[in-house]
Amino acid sequence: MTTVISLAAGLLFGLGLLMSGMADPLKVKGFLDLLGPWNPTLALVMGSALAVGVVGFRIAARRPVTWAGEPMQLPPPGPIDTRLVTGGVLFGIGWGLAGYCPGPALVAAGSGSLAALAFVAAMVAGMLLHDRLFAAPKRVAITELAPQADA
Amino acid sequence: MSIDWPNFTPWAALGGGLLIGLASLLLLFGSGRIAGIAGIVGAACNALLGERQARSGQAVRWAFIAGLLLSPWLWSLFGKPPVGAPDVGFGLLLLAGLLVGFGVRLGNGCTSGHGICGLSRLSMRSLVNVLCFMGAGFVTVALLRHL
Repeated sequence: MTTVISLAAGLLFGLGLLMSGMADPLKVKGFLDLLGPWNPTLALVMGSALAVGVVGFRIAARRPVTWAGEPMQLPPPGPIDTRLVTGGVLFGIGWGLAGYCPGPALVAAGSGSLAALAFVAAMVAGMLLHDRLFAAPKRVAITELAPQADA
Repeated sequence: MSIDWPNFTPWAALGGGLLIGLASLLLLFGSGRIAGIAGIVGAACNALLGERQARSGQAVRWAFIAGLLLSPWLWSLFGKPPVGAPDVGFGLLLLAGLLVGFGVRLGNGCTSGHGICGLSRLSMRSLVNVLCFMGAGFVTVALLRHL
């Protein structure tokens, strides 16, 4: 069941990216181009997604268990350090160059775009390179914070 | 600053954003995981390569990735998926991919994990990361197009 829900979530996420125009790298670059004719579309996409997300994550914060009663795997609080900042800057440079971030690149690759496929291959290589150089980020389930499912 | 009115699509943006937000919550409440594409793809590939730590939750990850990859096919039942094409050469595209892949793992998130889920959780860490990648994106496009 979890697998089916995850597949549906991926499909819905992809449809959202397609509908909003975010799978088109030039639309994204239109947002990043403050000096040219600026395209505010991306800001509205994020605003709209955040409006939904804030409500949902407030509910999740109060009771971090899934519909099946399993504890949620929320990322633990971490430091604001050079890794976070350098990672963001490197990502932003790549994002500005191509106009792709990971989600839209996968969606465009799924449509058969060779450019997006090449980007995704390089992106996965970059991820694996990082994880070989540095330890893979640890994920800690906040089981101890999750209330027991109702018996 | 001038606005690119012909390419500004506010209603589609609001509708698409709504779907993205709902999809993130569907994954959260359905599987207990954050819809962070950088984290999901990274862990999925690490587990393929035999990383033991990332093995649990593989079905959830690949199902979500499959959904993203199949979404243009679902869209194409109704029309041509609007995926456009990048305006840089192959070399820059590969460099961009490497930077994005490395950067999102180093910073532990991307536009979805930090940008949507992190900001939704009002995480200060995510806000800092988003300001970094947005800032770097603005500067990069300015240098690329206006230098």
